[in-house]
Amino acid sequence: MNLNELSILSLYSAMAVYALAFIAFSIDLARRSAAVGSTEAAVGATNEAPASVAGAKASGGGSVSTLNRISSRMADDAVTPYGRSASLRVGVSLTVLGWALHLVAAVLRGLAADRVPWANMYEFAMTGTLLIVTVFLIVLTRTDLRFLGTFVTGMVVILLGIGALQYYVEVAPLPPALQSVWLVIHVFVASLGTGFFALGFALSFVQLLQSRREERAGTAKSSRLRFLATLPSAFTLENLAYRVNIIGFILWTFTLMAGSVWAERAWGRYWGWDTKEVWTFIIWVIYAGYIHARATRGWRGSRSAWLAIIGFAAVMFNFGIVNVFFKGLHAYSGL
Amino acid sequence: MSRPSDHIDSAPAPSGNGITQPKLGFVGTLRWFWRQLTSMRTALFLLLLLAIAAVPGSLVPQRSSDPNGVIQYFNDNPELAPVLDNIQAFDVYSSAWFSSIYLLLFVSLIGCVIPRTKHHLQALRAKPPKTPARLGRLAGFTTRTAPVGTDAATAVASARTVLKQGRYRVALFESPTEFSVSAERGYMRETGNLVFHSALVGLLIVVGFGSGFGFSGQRVLVEGQTFVNTLLAYDSFNPGRFFNDTELDPYTLTLDDFEVTYETQNLEAFGQPLDFTAGVTVTPRGGDAQDGAVRVNDPLRTGGTSIYLLGNGYAPTITVKDPEGTVVFTDSVPFLPQDANLTSLGIVKVPDGLAEQVGLIGFFYPTQDETSSGSYFSSFPDLEYPVLTLNVYQGDLGLDEGVPTSVYSLVTDDMEPLATRDSAIQPLELTPGETQELPNGLGSVTFENAAPDAAEGDYAGSVPRFASFDIHHDPTQGWVLLFAVLVLGGLLTSLFVPRRRLWVKAIEQADGSVRLEYAGLARGEDPALESAVTALADRHAAMLERATPAIKAADPA
Ligand code: HEM
Repeated sequence: MNLNELSILSLYSAMAVYALAFIAFSIDLARRSAAVGSTEAAVGATNEAPASVAGAKASGGGSVSTLNRISSRMADDAVTPYGRSASLRVGVSLTVLGWALHLVAAVLRGLAADRVPWANMYEFAMTGTLLIVTVFLIVLTRTDLRFLGTFVTGMVVILLGIGALQYYVEVAPLPPALQSVWLVIHVFVASLGTGFFALGFALSFVQLLQSRREERAGTAKSSRLRFLATLPSAFTLENLAYRVNIIGFILWTFTLMAGSVWAERAWGRYWGWDTKEVWTFIIWVIYAGYIHARATRGWRGSRSAWLAIIGFAAVMFNFGIVNVFFKGLHAYSGL
Repeated sequence: MSRPSDHIDSAPAPSGNGITQPKLGFVGTLRWFWRQLTSMRTALFLLLLLAIAAVPGSLVPQRSSDPNGVIQYFNDNPELAPVLDNIQAFDVYSSAWFSSIYLLLFVSLIGCVIPRTKHHLQALRAKPPKTPARLGRLAGFTTRTAPVGTDAATAVASARTVLKQGRYRVALFESPTEFSVSAERGYMRETGNLVFHSALVGLLIVVGFGSGFGFSGQRVLVEGQTFVNTLLAYDSFNPGRFFNDTELDPYTLTLDDFEVTYETQNLEAFGQPLDFTAGVTVTPRGGDAQDGAVRVNDPLRTGGTSIYLLGNGYAPTITVKDPEGTVVFTDSVPFLPQDANLTSLGIVKVPDGLAEQVGLIGFFYPTQDETSSGSYFSSFPDLEYPVLTLNVYQGDLGLDEGVPTSVYSLVTDDMEPLATRDSAIQPLELTPGETQELPNGLGSVTFENAAPDAAEGDYAGSVPRFASFDIHHDPTQGWVLLFAVLVLGGLLTSLFVPRRRLWVKAIEQADGSVRLEYAGLARGEDPALESAVTALADRHAAMLERATPAIKAADPA
């Protein structure tokens, strides 16, 4: 077996482990729904407290460390407290295991090709998803977003599946057009930004579901997605999404600039409205819109969440459609 | 904060509804219009519109980036294309509608940034605002009891010290019953935001004017050829609006050799180019010659210009002689590559010296191979078994009509095919060094071998290569970079520096103890505000205790 074959083996193992993690996270969501069902039966209609950062009970003891205080405040405002869950822990452990295999796969691919493993669609998919999981796991150490496990593992399995089945190419050396440090910097930062945008997308999506549930909470109609009651309030989710998205936005701004520097070196102009440049720009403007929306009266909340969702859809479009089907100078999908 | 009135932080504008609003008058209308234009809502709307307006340019080929694609599009969609052209769909990014969106956005931006800058400059000099009467409703509200023996004034004075150490700007306030300190920090947040937005304006201006002061030009050089950086030496030249060609620095550039390395180990990528290097000599006017290299992703910067390697291929040297053996044409002719294995197409026009005008359409195969149907192709891009085939036409080359014709194409409509696939005589076929007779006794044609002394079967140096260079000059590029860096720096500062106010109040209680209150207010996104309030309370308590060591501190709850 050569290095590339080992890499493939490791990648497929990672996919299998992620799939198991997905199942564990799904079971957890089902448990949450069940837990909500039983408390609701006991308590009756839940009384929604209007959440507000200023209003949160923050005058607690000074012995708790700062970091804990932030994160506990973040996740604590769920309507129905939800205790420990074995499936949640299994899900996280499997995700970590999958991530390790995934990392090995990417490193082996890089060793096999003797360069960074992000130079064609197959490798973009592999490294991009690796970064999505990496960002997720790092954020987990600071804030309890484990409820996004189903989303993250599910998406990564699908993207990896498409990458491995549709876009697989053999190891090939870099064509002269890609031999540049800017490939290393620009593409890596873009993928990292995508990792943050993915998480922000998931948070904004859950935020929308949550705010629907909160609106209906007073009425008789209750949401079918009962597990939502165990998740942070829409307000908290929005703040989390914003924080994740602005990191993505900064990385994307850098991507745009690094891309321009590279374009100047490669093609003699820093900006030329090539299709890929156009879409990078569109994404940047959408997220700038999102940031503005958050600061505009009447646009905070669900409306700005929709912009984050559209922004991520554009990121996926840029990666999956523009790379493959659009004509332009960035003809490096390797297909 | 002088943000637009619909900024989330500012007080809601009085909700006027159209019916009861007084008549505005002309100036009033203008003012109203201006306020609308510089509102957050308009900025948001224009941003989203800009994103949408940028989409069509990625769906339809653009003249700026893909002119051949546009021609193709006109051929493929003869009905639709003119309609699209009418709405500038092939020039989206310079179209009236796209430009008006971003210009409006930038007018809005300037109208937004100027008052904010003024206001911010004032805020930078102002004292923090008076402590609110009741802190209880503010973020992170915390109360402590001062150690016994500390009076309110001392407590607040030490709070002021703690805050100053934390780089807060502070102001003290007092009333008969209470002392307080009001503190603010994070002015850099707004500074960063303003730098960010202003730098965007700067970026737009230099990008807009940048192309006007520079030029770009193209030039093809065959190995051994020299180019002098003057207007006439360019194959094509696109000056910016404000460019003056006396600015050209007449250095010379010689293409000494062109090296290509191909992959031969990895069968999955067999024949893939690994490296292109144009070895060149640059001689500044009145200076000494310097060796240099131009590579993909690695331009050569000289004489205020950047030289890029954009393309390359083979330039077979072809000599045509009349029946007496007099040379009527000899040149290395750049052949345009048609595929990855460099099957290449080239044109030779011989207007004078033969009995008739003669045109040759040549196909060059660096490693010739044959399909089962007998047609030729190239199976490897390097010179393993080079073969040149020539279709021969005689008749009017169309050069005398004064209409410029491309050196890369031959119009054969008015010409007589002498040797083609469909004529009695098949196309001529030559290997390096070979000579063949032209049909009709017109003369002869030779495919010169550039390395005649090489061993039998070694064709490596038999055919010269050419490189096509793009030569650019853009004096504003440094400014673009500067503004880009300011954009990024401003963005980082404005998103990560928390802007907050903190207050500490000391109230003397009836029983003689001193009650301390702490609270904060975020200006913009500030996830760490509450922990900052607690940290302040903790640090303050520690300081007070150090100041009164003799008396054991009371329980600080
Ligand atoms: C060229 C178009 C614009 C772009 C690309 C843009 C982009 C951004 C970005 C990325 C931010 C967040 C970073 C920061 O706080 O510095 C921001 C914030 C802001 N922008 Fe813009 N902007 C544009 C135009 C405008 C205009 C026209 C206005 C005025 C109406 C405006 C007002 C603001 C304000 C008030 C903030 C602060 C938001 C907050 O408090 O969180 N921007 N802008």
